[in-house]
Amino acid sequence: MLSEDERMEILKELEGAEDAPSIAMEALRIVQGRRGYISDETLCDIAAFLNMTPHELDSLATFYSFIFRKPVGRHVIYVCDGVTCWVMGHESIFEHLKQRLGINWGETTEDGSFTLLPVSCIGACDHAPAIMIDSTLYGDLSKEKIDEILKEHR
Amino acid sequence: MSTQERSRKKPLTRAMRSDGEPLGIKEYEMSGGYEGLGKALRDMSPHDVIEEVTASNLRGRGGAGFPTGMKWSAVPPDDGSAPHRYVISNSDEMEPGAFKDRILMEGNPHQLVEGLIIAGYATQSDRGYIFLRWAYGRSAQRLKRAIEEAYGAGYLGHNILNSGYSLDIYLHISAGRYICGEETALLNSIEGKRAIPRGRPPFPQVCGLWGRPAVVNNAETLSNVPHIIRNGADWYRALSLSADGGTKMYAVSGKVKNPGAWELPMGITMRELLYDHAGGIKEGLKLKGIIPGGASTDFLLEEHLDTAMDYDSVQKAGSRLGTGTMIILDDKTCPVGMVHNLERFFSRESCGWCTPCREGLPWVEKMLRAIENGQGHHEDIEILEEHTRLLRPGNTFCVHAPGAMEPLQSALKFFRADFEQHIEEGRCPYK
Repeated sequence: MLSEDERMEILKELEGAEDAPSIAMEALRIVQGRRGYISDETLCDIAAFLNMTPHELDSLATFYSFIFRKPVGRHVIYVCDGVTCWVMGHESIFEHLKQRLGINWGETTEDGSFTLLPVSCIGACDHAPAIMIDSTLYGDLSKEKIDEILKEHR
Repeated sequence: MSTQERSRKKPLTRAMRSDGEPLGIKEYEMSGGYEGLGKALRDMSPHDVIEEVTASNLRGRGGAGFPTGMKWSAVPPDDGSAPHRYVISNSDEMEPGAFKDRILMEGNPHQLVEGLIIAGYATQSDRGYIFLRWAYGRSAQRLKRAIEEAYGAGYLGHNILNSGYSLDIYLHISAGRYICGEETALLNSIEGKRAIPRGRPPFPQVCGLWGRPAVVNNAETLSNVPHIIRNGADWYRALSLSADGGTKMYAVSGKVKNPGAWELPMGITMRELLYDHAGGIKEGLKLKGIIPGGASTDFLLEEHLDTAMDYDSVQKAGSRLGTGTMIILDDKTCPVGMVHNLERFFSRESCGWCTPCREGLPWVEKMLRAIENGQGHHEDIEILEEHTRLLRPGNTFCVHAPGAMEPLQSALKFFRADFEQHIEEGRCPYK
């Protein structure tokens, strides 16, 4: 079941929109913002609300990178694996990050704090290597800086 | 040259604040902002605006370099048959190595908004979209605010500046995928479909969004438009050192002393960009290769450093200006590893629609990974070369895979000895 708030927010997006599918991604984002991810049940609820089939909606949810169909941690760490970050030696820094968290790509820490995802170039090449945690950008990374940043978010 | 004259040479960035905060509407107006829009609406017909932009030799800054005026003139005149007509800023900037649009949108969001309104007037559009990539949260905040301010000042909405022209702008935040930057995939994405490119014709100017006219321009391209209208096409052309008009947001990243982005006259040389602005290669390293315009452009070498960074000159040298954002390969960084990184990106970002791209790119990626890890075979080089031919334009539905082949084909040509050494020694000699 979608909550009253979720319905209201989606309805607001629908105002002036061309049709329901054109705001489907917005709807997914609204609900994901509240629930962290889109479960099968949630997907069916949103689809019904937008008068789409679950398959139609899932074909979008699985195509775009930032709709999560599995649970994620409280914070998502997006690690830029773009070419400039690679040239700037991101591999050793990210090995350090994985070791610190004790997880691999796509995994979530046991305490549910962090999920680690590789991501295409985030447009911070002048401060490579870079990562984003949720919507905050961190650049010019070193192993020491990674430790500090993790401490901030624990 | 006076400071004022010099700063006039950098129309896109000269008014930006040094503290990193965006220009508010008052500051933007003080710098001449929205004068171009006023002039267009007051003194010029939509056709006049297109003529002026055509005469300015502004070419698309997203990478393809298509003349902007020509793009706009392909929009059919408004005969009232379509309920809406659309003008769209492609602010998806996902080309690896590119971060120029971010700087423009964060520092001077009104400039893009004004450019989009003028483009809307020129193409007689009543709806505008800014298609922004998800990672640019700061740009999103600042553009949102700029749009609100523009509504408040009467530059957006109904009957703009009492001209009778009306436009509404929507900020659309993407949910990721590099292919969204391809303009027809972007249109599908706004329609709420998977971002899969479309066949052409029909061209978007005729049949773009929901079957109606739509014109898509890169954010940097649109940011130039207010200045062209305010100061004229002759002034704009004179900013450039080449036949292409204006200035360009250039950037350099990699192991250089001073990575960054700069607005410079169109057509400065690669040498000037690398040494005068980026400070040259870091101590103890040598230049081995240059990717001049983002991930999907061919490598060039030191011998090409005197090439002018404009569309035609870079093409003549064997690559493309692309986004004008250079990535430097130094002599201690493995070219095979670098190309593997690029192909992993292209392989992951393939939309999967056509077979050569969906199947070919992962094959290339795996083969490069094997070579980099010391498990390559001699015949692999030939198979990779075969792929650079098989994934050419004409064999694929869009230019994603052909773009992916550009750095690979030039790496196989220029750094062949490195590929062979990996295979012979069964290891990466750079590790």
